[in-house]
Amino acid sequence: MERNHLPRHLVLQRQSLFDQGLLDEQFIQLEELQDDANPNFVEEVVTSYYQNTSTLIVIIEQALGTSPLDFNKLDGYMYQLKGSSSSFGAKKVKADCTLFREYCKAGNVEGCMRTFQQLKKEYASLKRKLEAYFQLARQARVTGTASRPK
Amino acid sequence: MNPSIGKGSMSTASSSVAWKAGDVVPDQFPAGLRVLVVDDDPTCLVILEKMLRTCLYEVTKCNRAEIALSLLRENKNGFDIVISDVHMPDMDGFKLLEHIGLEMDLPVIMMSADDGKNVVMKGVTHGACDYLIKPVRIEALKNIWQHVVRKRKNEWKDVEQSGSVEDGDRQQKPSEDVDYSSSANEGNWKSSKKRKDEEEDAEERDDTSTLKKPRVVWSVELHQQFVAAVNQLGIDKAVPKKILELMNVPGLTRENVASHLQKYRLYLRRLSGVSQHQSGLNNSFMSPQEAPFGPMSSLSGLDLQSLGVSCQLPAQSLATLQAAGLGRSTSKSGIQMPLVDQRNLFSFENPKLRFGEGQQQHLSNSKPINLLHGIPTTMEPKQLATLHQSAQSLGSLNMQVNAHGGQSSSLLMQMAQPQSRGQILNESTGSHVPRHPSSIGQPIMSNGIAGGVIGRNGISDNGRGTGYNQVPPTSSMLSFPMNHTTELTGNSFPLGSTPGISNVTSKGAFHEEVSSEMKGSTGLLPSYDIFNDLHQHKSQDWELQNVGLHFDASQNANPIQGNLEVSPSVLVHQGYSSSQRSGQNRNASSLGRGMFSGVDSTEQRNTQSGGQHLNNLLIDNSVRVKAERIPDASSQTTLFPEHFGQEDLMSALLKQQQGGIGPAETEFDFDGYSMDNIPV
Repeated sequence: MERNHLPRHLVLQRQSLFDQGLLDEQFIQLEELQDDANPNFVEEVVTSYYQNTSTLIVIIEQALGTSPLDFNKLDGYMYQLKGSSSSFGAKKVKADCTLFREYCKAGNVEGCMRTFQQLKKEYASLKRKLEAYFQLARQARVTGTASRPK
Repeated sequence: MNPSIGKGSMSTASSSVAWKAGDVVPDQFPAGLRVLVVDDDPTCLVILEKMLRTCLYEVTKCNRAEIALSLLRENKNGFDIVISDVHMPDMDGFKLLEHIGLEMDLPVIMMSADDGKNVVMKGVTHGACDYLIKPVRIEALKNIWQHVVRKRKNEWKDVEQSGSVEDGDRQQKPSEDVDYSSSANEGNWKSSKKRKDEEEDAEERDDTSTLKKPRVVWSVELHQQFVAAVNQLGIDKAVPKKILELMNVPGLTRENVASHLQKYRLYLRRLSGVSQHQSGLNNSFMSPQEAPFGPMSSLSGLDLQSLGVSCQLPAQSLATLQAAGLGRSTSKSGIQMPLVDQRNLFSFENPKLRFGEGQQQHLSNSKPINLLHGIPTTMEPKQLATLHQSAQSLGSLNMQVNAHGGQSSSLLMQMAQPQSRGQILNESTGSHVPRHPSSIGQPIMSNGIAGGVIGRNGISDNGRGTGYNQVPPTSSMLSFPMNHTTELTGNSFPLGSTPGISNVTSKGAFHEEVSSEMKGSTGLLPSYDIFNDLHQHKSQDWELQNVGLHFDASQNANPIQGNLEVSPSVLVHQGYSSSQRSGQNRNASSLGRGMFSGVDSTEQRNTQSGGQHLNNLLIDNSVRVKAERIPDASSQTTLFPEHFGQEDLMSALLKQQQGGIGPAETEFDFDGYSMDNIPV
């Protein structure tokens, strides 16, 4: 895959994403799905994931602002977020979703709030790093590897 | 077994492919498998789509369950397998699963981010053929074709067993199943099995080969027949073999019926959870009468009861009615109360009715609907029952009624005895009843339907619907107690609707019932008095009433569905104006049908509460049933006596209905009947 063609620093950067637990092997599956027929598949998925997640985060934030908290609804939103994060491979975000749902079930408002903040941070961090990575990869594509099929 | 999943030698696989008529290129299978993916998460949808495409499947994505259902319905054979998420905003994934299982019988795989045991168990109990946990990996998707094959194979077996089609070939097949891969078998398979659409087969579906299509598509009509059969047998006693016999559909196997019955039971269980509380009420009172009816599943039964119960039918009329059919007869009069409950019954019944639309046929056969004409007694539902009795001829009508509730209607018919319930309607008039039988039957139906409808409404409209109380004025006019109209607002109505009912009085026991029905449960009675007067002159009108009632067996399909066509009562009223004679009634019935839904307005009936003692058993027939709604209409019904334009009535009723009836369609989304609404 592209990885083979990636310059070393990119390879390392990519690897760190996994090492830090931001991504899991599901992401690799996505990468493997990419092929010549769908050269931008991964990016499409990433973009979709960002959009989806941002919207959900806003909605959840609003829901958390109401009082009393509607745990059912919150659980529903988190279920969605968990589903997309797991399909995407966002490991830490997914873990935060699971934790949040636990708190929801327990009716623990404080726990929910706290976990949500954490989730937002993780997501922001993931997004930032991924974007950096993709950008470098794009640059490498342009400048570098002639062997790049596309 | 199939070593090659879609690649190369898939002798086995190919056999499945080859099912289609002959030697198809097996190698392709499972490539080209048509998958429908439903998930509200766009990221997952994109990923799944890509994965499935990589497996060489044909993918259609969909992010809403409703859209998925309509896609599946429009293109019944357009997909081989469905993958759906469990948790979706517009519809629960399990509900979708049920729908698909009942309507299209496709294999469905559930997907979820939850891996809790309970959720997985739920998937299994709802009939999912597999359960995937997110994140879904492509490996898991590679093998989903096995579910399609498995289902086909089972269908085949059913077909074989039923011996419907192929015989010789079939035998081979079973063995072939074992040897799926053996090429020798393949030959047999190919020829005999025509498993249509294994994957890209489009043409195969038609079952070119001798074997009949393994997969049975449960169309609305077929399902209605099924429900009718089930209702006729009684939900508890319905066994696939008997259902199969009753349905008498060529090519249908016992296994097909068995699996469909299973799904249907699940569906009912779900519904009953909703309507049980309602029916519970009715059941209590109805029981005396109802006994014959059996679980009021069929509204008709309810109606009868209501009739019988509520109707205080004039002794004679009631007696006649009752004697004729119900056997319960007169006892009903006292019962009037139940009417109210009856409604509940009906509501409960509704679900059944819906399905039972086909059942109507049962009714007609057996019992003449004793339309109690004049049984003014508040017997609302009961009156109808009485009607049965007298309405021997009504039998046919009853059928109709039965059709609706399947059971209830049959009850009417068959029950003749139970008739006392409300059926009294016909009895009194007896003579003419035969005429009305249809109408009476209708009322019953309406009741039943109403029941069904009521089910929806929850308002045991049944009681109302029973307006059937066709209290056919002696003239056999079942003059359904237009009382149904009573449903309309019951109060004022009760009689009004039964303008015909008044006939009843003249005839026999003009039951206020109609009104009582309407009142249904409630108090239409008060108005009965008014109607009584009306009725009296109306004796003839009853006839009309009946007409309306019979909304017709044909309606069957409708009745339960949403507005229970039953509104016959409504029609009945209408009939009044026009010709009060049966002729009119018919129209009315049709109108009533719709109205019936309106009848649902049983709510109105409640207001009636007083109406119970309606003497005029307005056989609300149809109207009552829905009567709930009709109460408003009832106001209109009063008009009937004056030959109210049917249209007016209908529209009035319809309006009411619309509000209330909310056909149960939602449940099943069957085209024919909205079973969904049943639970109201």
